[in-house]
Amino acid sequence: MWQFFHKLGSPKWFFGISARFMPWLLAGGILLLMAGVVWGLAFAPKDYLQGNSYRIIFIHVPTAFMAQSVYIMMASAAVVTLVWRMKLADVFVKAVAPVGLVLTFLALFTGAVWGKPTWGTWWIWDARLTSMLILLFLYGGVIALDRAINDEKSAARAVAVLVLVGVVNIPIIKYSVDWWNTLHQPATFKLTEKPSMPAEMWVPLLLSVLGLYLIFGWLACVRMQTEILCREQRTRWVKEFVMKGRV
Amino acid sequence: MHPIRKKRLTVVLFLLAGLSIAVGLTTYALRQNINLFYDPSQISAGEAPVDVRIRAGGMVQEGSVLRDPDTLKVEFLVTDYSASVPIEYVGILPDLFAEGQGIVAMGRLNSEGRFVADQVLAKHDENYMPPEVAGALEKASSAEGKPMPVNAKPATY
Repeated sequence: MWQFFHKLGSPKWFFGISARFMPWLLAGGILLLMAGVVWGLAFAPKDYLQGNSYRIIFIHVPTAFMAQSVYIMMASAAVVTLVWRMKLADVFVKAVAPVGLVLTFLALFTGAVWGKPTWGTWWIWDARLTSMLILLFLYGGVIALDRAINDEKSAARAVAVLVLVGVVNIPIIKYSVDWWNTLHQPATFKLTEKPSMPAEMWVPLLLSVLGLYLIFGWLACVRMQTEILCREQRTRWVKEFVMKGRV
Repeated sequence: MHPIRKKRLTVVLFLLAGLSIAVGLTTYALRQNINLFYDPSQISAGEAPVDVRIRAGGMVQEGSVLRDPDTLKVEFLVTDYSASVPIEYVGILPDLFAEGQGIVAMGRLNSEGRFVADQVLAKHDENYMPPEVAGALEKASSAEGKPMPVNAKPATY
Protein backbone atom coordinates (compact mmCIF):
# COMPACT_ATOMS: atom_id res chain seq x y z
CA MET A 1 0.00 0.00 0.00
CA TRP A 2 2.82 2.39 0.90
CA GLN A 3 4.52 1.62 -2.39
CA PHE A 4 1.43 2.71 -4.31
CA PHE A 5 1.25 5.83 -2.16
CA HIS A 6 4.85 6.72 -3.02
CA LYS A 7 4.33 5.98 -6.69
CA LEU A 8 1.38 8.38 -6.60
CA GLY A 9 3.87 11.02 -5.49
CA SER A 10 5.86 10.77 -8.71
CA PRO A 11 4.95 13.68 -11.03
CA LYS A 12 5.97 11.69 -14.11
CA TRP A 13 3.75 8.75 -13.18
CA PHE A 14 0.82 11.07 -12.52
CA PHE A 15 1.38 12.90 -15.80
CA GLY A 16 1.09 9.64 -17.72
CA ILE A 17 -1.85 8.12 -15.84
CA SER A 18 -3.98 11.28 -15.68
CA ALA A 19 -3.85 11.68 -19.47
CA ARG A 20 -5.61 8.34 -19.79
CA PHE A 21 -8.79 9.12 -17.84
CA MET A 22 -9.05 12.86 -18.51
CA PRO A 23 -11.24 12.48 -21.63
CA TRP A 24 -13.68 10.33 -19.61
CA LEU A 25 -13.84 12.90 -16.82
CA LEU A 26 -14.58 15.68 -19.29
CA ALA A 27 -17.14 13.72 -21.32
CA GLY A 28 -18.95 12.38 -18.23
CA GLY A 29 -18.85 15.80 -16.58
CA ILE A 30 -20.33 17.67 -19.54
CA LEU A 31 -23.00 14.99 -20.01
CA LEU A 32 -24.11 14.96 -16.36
CA LEU A 33 -23.93 18.73 -15.93
CA MET A 34 -25.90 19.38 -19.10
CA ALA A 35 -28.51 16.77 -18.12
CA GLY A 36 -28.85 18.17 -14.61
CA VAL A 37 -28.95 21.85 -15.58
CA VAL A 38 -31.32 21.44 -18.56
CA TRP A 39 -33.64 19.17 -16.55
CA GLY A 40 -33.54 21.54 -13.60
CA LEU A 41 -33.94 24.79 -15.51
CA ALA A 42 -36.48 23.67 -18.10
CA PHE A 43 -38.35 20.56 -16.95
CA ALA A 44 -38.38 20.36 -13.15
CA PRO A 45 -41.63 21.61 -11.57
CA LYS A 46 -41.65 25.13 -10.20
CA ASP A 47 -41.73 25.76 -6.49
CA TYR A 48 -45.08 26.44 -4.78
CA LEU A 49 -43.77 29.54 -3.03
CA GLN A 50 -40.90 30.94 -5.09
CA GLY A 51 -42.20 30.00 -8.53
CA ASN A 52 -39.49 29.85 -11.16
CA SER A 53 -36.90 31.93 -9.33
CA TYR A 54 -35.90 28.95 -7.17
CA ARG A 55 -34.38 27.34 -10.30
CA ILE A 56 -31.08 29.11 -9.68
CA ILE A 57 -30.64 26.41 -7.02
CA PHE A 58 -29.44 24.13 -9.84
CA ILE A 59 -26.40 26.40 -10.25
CA HIS A 60 -26.10 27.76 -6.72
CA VAL A 61 -26.01 24.47 -4.79
CA PRO A 62 -23.47 22.66 -7.06
CA THR A 63 -21.03 25.61 -6.97
CA ALA A 64 -21.43 26.17 -3.22
CA PHE A 65 -21.04 22.45 -2.54
CA MET A 66 -17.96 22.17 -4.75
CA ALA A 67 -16.40 25.33 -3.27
CA GLN A 68 -16.38 23.65 0.16
CA SER A 69 -15.51 20.22 -1.21
CA VAL A 70 -12.46 21.58 -3.06
CA TYR A 71 -11.26 23.21 0.15
CA ILE A 72 -11.54 19.91 2.05
CA MET A 73 -9.53 18.20 -0.71
CA MET A 74 -6.92 20.97 -0.50
CA ALA A 75 -6.71 20.53 3.28
CA SER A 76 -6.16 16.78 2.89
CA ALA A 77 -3.40 17.50 0.36
CA ALA A 78 -1.92 20.04 2.79
CA VAL A 79 -1.61 17.32 5.48
CA VAL A 80 0.20 15.13 2.93
CA THR A 81 2.53 18.04 2.09
CA LEU A 82 3.36 18.69 5.73
CA VAL A 83 3.76 15.07 6.85
CA TRP A 84 5.05 13.22 3.78
CA ARG A 85 6.58 16.18 1.88
CA MET A 86 5.03 14.83 -1.29
CA LYS A 87 5.49 17.18 -4.25
CA LEU A 88 2.32 16.13 -6.01
CA ALA A 89 0.16 17.16 -3.03
CA ASP A 90 1.56 20.67 -3.25
CA VAL A 91 1.04 20.68 -7.02
CA PHE A 92 -2.61 19.80 -6.37
CA VAL A 93 -3.12 22.64 -3.86
CA LYS A 94 -1.61 25.20 -6.21
CA ALA A 95 -3.51 23.90 -9.22
CA VAL A 96 -6.98 23.89 -7.67
CA ALA A 97 -6.90 27.04 -5.48
CA PRO A 98 -7.96 29.33 -8.37
CA VAL A 99 -10.71 26.84 -9.31
CA GLY A 100 -11.99 26.97 -5.74
CA LEU A 101 -11.87 30.76 -5.81
CA VAL A 102 -14.01 30.88 -8.95
CA LEU A 103 -16.50 28.33 -7.55
CA THR A 104 -16.84 30.32 -4.30
CA PHE A 105 -17.37 33.52 -6.24
CA LEU A 106 -20.03 31.84 -8.38
CA ALA A 107 -21.78 30.51 -5.26
CA LEU A 108 -21.81 34.00 -3.70
CA PHE A 109 -22.91 35.62 -6.95
CA THR A 110 -25.76 33.21 -7.69
CA GLY A 111 -26.76 33.46 -4.02
CA ALA A 112 -26.99 37.24 -4.33
CA VAL A 113 -29.01 36.97 -7.55
CA TRP A 114 -31.36 34.53 -5.79
CA GLY A 115 -31.51 36.60 -2.61
CA LYS A 116 -32.67 39.78 -4.35
CA PRO A 117 -36.08 38.48 -5.54
CA THR A 118 -36.75 36.08 -2.64
CA TRP A 119 -35.41 37.79 0.49
CA GLY A 120 -35.38 41.31 -0.93
CA THR A 121 -31.64 41.93 -0.61
CA TRP A 122 -28.46 41.10 -2.48
CA TRP A 123 -26.46 40.75 0.68
CA ILE A 124 -26.93 40.49 4.44
CA TRP A 125 -24.21 39.95 7.03
CA ASP A 126 -25.63 36.73 8.39
CA ALA A 127 -23.43 33.84 9.49
CA ARG A 128 -23.77 31.73 6.34
CA LEU A 129 -23.00 34.51 3.87
CA THR A 130 -20.16 35.93 5.94
CA SER A 131 -18.43 32.56 6.44
CA MET A 132 -18.72 31.91 2.70
CA LEU A 133 -17.09 35.31 2.03
CA ILE A 134 -14.28 34.27 4.41
CA LEU A 135 -13.83 31.14 2.26
CA LEU A 136 -13.41 33.38 -0.80
CA PHE A 137 -10.72 35.39 1.02
CA LEU A 138 -9.02 32.15 2.14
CA TYR A 139 -8.72 30.98 -1.45
CA GLY A 140 -7.36 34.41 -2.41
CA GLY A 141 -4.92 34.27 0.51
CA VAL A 142 -3.65 30.82 -0.52
CA ILE A 143 -2.99 32.03 -4.08
CA ALA A 144 -1.31 35.25 -2.88
CA LEU A 145 0.89 33.48 -0.32
CA ASP A 146 2.05 30.99 -2.92
CA ARG A 147 2.97 33.78 -5.33
CA ALA A 148 4.70 35.79 -2.60
CA ILE A 149 7.32 33.14 -1.73
CA ASN A 150 9.84 32.33 -4.44
CA ASP A 151 11.37 29.21 -2.91
CA GLU A 152 9.26 26.23 -3.92
CA LYS A 153 9.67 24.25 -0.70
CA SER A 154 9.03 27.11 1.75
CA ALA A 155 6.05 28.22 -0.35
CA ALA A 156 4.64 24.68 -0.19
CA ARG A 157 4.88 24.53 3.62
CA ALA A 158 3.55 28.04 4.22
CA VAL A 159 0.61 27.43 1.89
CA ALA A 160 -0.12 24.05 3.54
CA VAL A 161 -0.26 25.66 7.00
CA LEU A 162 -2.58 28.42 5.76
CA VAL A 163 -4.88 25.88 4.08
CA LEU A 164 -5.01 23.84 7.29
CA VAL A 165 -5.74 26.89 9.43
CA GLY A 166 -8.60 27.80 7.11
CA VAL A 167 -10.21 24.37 7.21
CA VAL A 168 -11.95 25.23 10.52
CA ASN A 169 -14.13 27.57 8.47
CA ILE A 170 -15.74 24.62 6.64
CA PRO A 171 -17.78 23.24 9.59
CA ILE A 172 -18.70 26.85 10.41
CA ILE A 173 -20.15 27.33 6.91
CA LYS A 174 -21.95 23.99 7.12
CA TYR A 175 -23.53 24.48 10.56
CA SER A 176 -23.89 28.30 10.56
CA VAL A 177 -27.57 27.96 9.66
CA ASP A 178 -28.17 25.65 12.65
CA TRP A 179 -26.01 27.39 15.26
CA TRP A 180 -27.16 30.96 14.67
CA ASN A 181 -30.23 32.81 13.62
CA THR A 182 -29.67 33.53 9.93
CA LEU A 183 -31.69 34.76 6.99
CA HIS A 184 -30.35 31.86 4.90
CA GLN A 185 -32.57 28.78 5.23
CA PRO A 186 -31.21 25.51 6.71
CA ALA A 187 -29.91 22.70 4.49
CA THR A 188 -32.37 20.90 2.22
CA PHE A 189 -30.12 17.84 2.05
CA LYS A 190 -29.20 16.00 5.23
CA LEU A 191 -27.20 12.80 5.48
CA THR A 192 -29.67 11.11 7.80
CA GLU A 193 -33.02 12.26 6.42
CA LYS A 194 -34.79 12.35 3.09
CA PRO A 195 -34.25 15.62 1.19
CA SER A 196 -37.05 18.13 1.77
CA MET A 197 -37.83 18.38 -1.94
CA PRO A 198 -39.39 15.83 -4.31
CA ALA A 199 -37.31 13.52 -6.52
CA GLU A 200 -38.04 15.47 -9.72
CA MET A 201 -36.18 18.37 -8.08
CA TRP A 202 -33.34 16.64 -6.24
CA VAL A 203 -32.36 14.18 -9.01
CA PRO A 204 -31.37 16.95 -11.48
CA LEU A 205 -29.63 18.74 -8.61
CA LEU A 206 -27.64 15.60 -7.80
CA LEU A 207 -26.76 15.14 -11.49
CA SER A 208 -25.38 18.66 -11.77
CA VAL A 209 -23.37 18.23 -8.54
CA LEU A 210 -21.84 14.98 -9.88
CA GLY A 211 -21.21 16.59 -13.28
CA LEU A 212 -19.45 19.55 -11.70
CA TYR A 213 -17.37 17.09 -9.64
CA LEU A 214 -16.16 15.34 -12.81
CA ILE A 215 -15.45 18.62 -14.58
CA PHE A 216 -13.51 19.75 -11.54
CA GLY A 217 -11.50 16.49 -11.73
CA TRP A 218 -10.69 17.18 -15.36
CA LEU A 219 -9.76 20.80 -14.66
CA ALA A 220 -7.56 19.73 -11.73
CA CYS A 221 -5.74 17.23 -14.00
CA VAL A 222 -5.16 19.83 -16.74
CA ARG A 223 -3.85 22.41 -14.27
CA MET A 224 -1.71 19.86 -12.40
CA GLN A 225 -0.16 18.70 -15.68
CA THR A 226 0.75 22.27 -16.57
CA GLU A 227 2.22 22.86 -13.11
CA ILE A 228 4.22 19.60 -13.35
CA LEU A 229 5.65 20.56 -16.76
CA CYS A 230 6.70 23.97 -15.41
CA ARG A 231 8.37 22.49 -12.34
CA GLU A 232 10.09 19.59 -14.06
CA GLN A 233 11.14 21.51 -17.15
CA ARG A 234 14.80 20.64 -16.60
CA THR A 235 14.26 16.88 -16.36
CA ARG A 236 14.87 14.52 -19.22
CA TRP A 237 11.34 13.11 -19.42
CA VAL A 238 9.82 16.57 -19.89
CA LYS A 239 12.32 17.38 -22.64
CA GLU A 240 11.50 14.09 -24.35
CA PHE A 241 7.79 14.76 -23.93
CA VAL A 242 8.12 18.17 -25.54
CA MET A 243 10.10 16.72 -28.45
CA LYS A 244 7.99 13.61 -29.07
CA GLY A 245 4.62 14.71 -27.74
CA ARG A 246 4.18 11.71 -25.41
CA VAL A 247 5.60 10.33 -22.16
CA MET B 1 5.28 4.85 9.56
CA HIS B 2 8.60 6.68 9.74
CA PRO B 3 9.06 8.26 13.21
CA ILE B 4 9.71 11.73 11.74
CA ARG B 5 6.50 11.57 9.72
CA LYS B 6 4.64 10.33 12.76
CA LYS B 7 5.90 13.34 14.70
CA ARG B 8 4.88 15.73 11.91
CA LEU B 9 1.45 14.15 11.77
CA THR B 10 1.06 14.62 15.53
CA VAL B 11 2.02 18.28 15.18
CA VAL B 12 -0.55 18.75 12.40
CA LEU B 13 -3.26 17.07 14.48
CA PHE B 14 -2.42 19.24 17.50
CA LEU B 15 -2.54 22.34 15.31
CA LEU B 16 -6.00 21.39 14.05
CA ALA B 17 -7.27 20.51 17.54
CA GLY B 18 -5.95 23.76 19.03
CA LEU B 19 -7.42 25.83 16.22
CA SER B 20 -10.80 24.16 16.49
CA ILE B 21 -10.94 24.86 20.22
CA ALA B 22 -9.90 28.50 19.73
CA VAL B 23 -12.41 29.11 16.95
CA GLY B 24 -15.09 27.13 18.81
CA LEU B 25 -14.73 29.29 21.92
CA THR B 26 -14.69 32.52 19.90
CA THR B 27 -17.83 31.65 17.99
CA TYR B 28 -19.46 30.46 21.22
CA ALA B 29 -18.73 33.87 22.76
CA LEU B 30 -20.10 35.62 19.66
CA ARG B 31 -23.24 33.54 19.91
CA GLN B 32 -24.04 35.17 23.26
CA ASN B 33 -24.23 38.70 21.86
CA ILE B 34 -25.07 38.06 18.23
CA ASN B 35 -27.46 40.61 16.76
CA LEU B 36 -30.74 38.70 17.00
CA PHE B 37 -33.91 40.44 15.94
CA TYR B 38 -36.39 41.47 18.60
CA ASP B 39 -39.61 39.49 18.56
CA PRO B 40 -43.01 41.19 19.00
CA SER B 41 -43.38 40.16 22.67
CA GLN B 42 -40.04 41.77 23.55
CA ILE B 43 -41.02 44.98 21.73
CA SER B 44 -44.43 45.22 23.35
CA ALA B 45 -42.83 44.52 26.76
CA GLY B 46 -40.61 47.57 26.18
CA GLU B 47 -37.34 45.63 25.98
CA ALA B 48 -36.38 47.10 22.61
CA PRO B 49 -34.73 50.55 22.65
CA VAL B 50 -36.74 53.40 21.14
CA ASP B 51 -35.31 55.31 18.13
CA VAL B 52 -32.31 53.00 17.71
CA ARG B 53 -31.77 51.00 14.51
CA ILE B 54 -32.84 47.46 15.36
CA ARG B 55 -34.25 44.41 13.63
CA ALA B 56 -37.70 43.09 14.33
CA GLY B 57 -38.91 39.77 13.06
CA GLY B 58 -41.92 37.47 13.12
CA MET B 59 -44.88 36.31 11.10
CA VAL B 60 -47.04 38.72 9.10
CA GLN B 61 -50.46 38.48 10.77
CA GLU B 62 -53.27 37.17 8.55
CA GLY B 63 -55.55 39.95 7.29
CA SER B 64 -53.45 42.78 8.68
CA VAL B 65 -51.78 44.07 5.50
CA LEU B 66 -53.01 47.54 4.49
CA ARG B 67 -51.70 49.07 1.28
CA ASP B 68 -51.99 52.77 0.47
CA PRO B 69 -53.59 52.92 -3.01
CA ASP B 70 -51.59 56.01 -4.09
CA THR B 71 -48.10 55.36 -2.69
CA LEU B 72 -45.86 52.40 -1.90
CA LYS B 73 -46.72 52.68 1.79
CA VAL B 74 -47.65 49.41 3.50
CA GLU B 75 -48.76 48.78 7.07
CA PHE B 76 -49.00 45.37 8.67
CA LEU B 77 -48.84 43.59 12.00
CA VAL B 78 -45.99 41.25 12.85
CA THR B 79 -46.85 38.62 15.39
CA ASP B 80 -45.27 35.76 17.30
CA TYR B 81 -48.77 34.57 18.28
CA SER B 82 -48.55 36.12 21.77
CA ALA B 83 -48.04 39.79 20.89
CA SER B 84 -47.97 41.85 17.73
CA VAL B 85 -46.30 45.04 16.61
CA PRO B 86 -47.46 47.41 13.86
CA ILE B 87 -44.85 47.98 11.16
CA GLU B 88 -44.96 50.65 8.49
CA TYR B 89 -42.78 50.60 5.41
CA VAL B 90 -42.50 52.61 2.22
CA GLY B 91 -40.96 50.71 -0.64
CA ILE B 92 -41.09 47.56 -2.71
CA LEU B 93 -41.68 44.41 -0.70
CA PRO B 94 -39.89 41.17 -1.64
CA ASP B 95 -41.93 38.72 -3.77
CA LEU B 96 -42.20 36.27 -0.91
CA PHE B 97 -43.84 38.82 1.38
CA ALA B 98 -47.29 37.44 2.20
CA GLU B 99 -49.64 37.05 5.14
CA GLY B 100 -48.49 34.15 7.27
CA GLN B 101 -44.94 34.40 5.96
CA GLY B 102 -41.85 35.08 8.11
CA ILE B 103 -40.11 38.44 7.72
CA VAL B 104 -37.21 40.36 9.23
CA ALA B 105 -37.50 44.16 9.20
CA MET B 106 -34.77 46.71 9.85
CA GLY B 107 -35.75 50.10 11.21
CA ARG B 108 -36.57 52.18 14.29
CA LEU B 109 -39.23 51.91 16.94
CA ASN B 110 -40.92 55.28 17.46
CA SER B 111 -42.34 56.60 20.73
CA GLU B 112 -45.88 55.52 19.81
CA GLY B 113 -44.76 51.89 19.64
CA ARG B 114 -44.86 51.71 15.86
CA PHE B 115 -41.93 50.20 14.02
CA VAL B 116 -40.86 52.31 11.03
CA ALA B 117 -38.95 49.99 8.72
CA ASP B 118 -36.52 51.03 6.02
CA GLN B 119 -35.90 47.45 4.87
CA VAL B 120 -38.16 44.40 4.89
CA LEU B 121 -36.68 40.99 4.10
CA ALA B 122 -38.59 37.77 3.58
CA LYS B 123 -37.38 34.52 5.09
CA HIS B 124 -38.12 31.22 3.40
CA ASP B 125 -37.56 27.66 4.59
CA GLU B 126 -35.67 24.72 3.12
CA ASN B 127 -38.79 22.96 1.79
CA TYR B 128 -39.42 22.98 -1.94
CA MET B 129 -42.40 21.38 -3.67
CA PRO B 130 -44.41 21.68 -6.86
CA PRO B 131 -47.55 23.87 -6.60
CA GLU B 132 -49.86 20.85 -7.15
CA VAL B 133 -48.38 19.06 -4.12
CA ALA B 134 -48.74 22.19 -2.00
CA GLY B 135 -52.36 22.55 -3.17
CA ALA B 136 -53.12 18.91 -2.33
CA LEU B 137 -51.55 19.31 1.11
CA GLU B 138 -53.65 22.40 1.78
CA LYS B 139 -56.82 20.62 0.69
CA ALA B 140 -56.04 17.62 2.91
CA SER B 141 -55.29 19.72 5.97
CA SER B 142 -58.33 22.00 5.54
CA ALA B 143 -60.53 18.89 5.20
CA GLU B 144 -59.24 17.67 8.56
CA GLY B 145 -59.42 21.15 10.03
CA LYS B 146 -55.75 21.11 11.01
CA PRO B 147 -53.34 24.00 10.52
CA MET B 148 -50.99 23.76 7.56
CA PRO B 149 -47.62 22.11 8.17
CA VAL B 150 -45.93 24.65 5.90
CA ASN B 151 -46.99 28.05 4.69
CA ALA B 152 -48.30 26.66 1.44
CA LYS B 153 -49.58 29.24 -0.99
CA PRO B 154 -49.79 28.78 -4.75
CA ALA B 155 -47.17 30.67 -6.68
CA THR B 156 -48.67 33.71 -8.32
CA TYR B 157 -46.13 34.18 -11.08
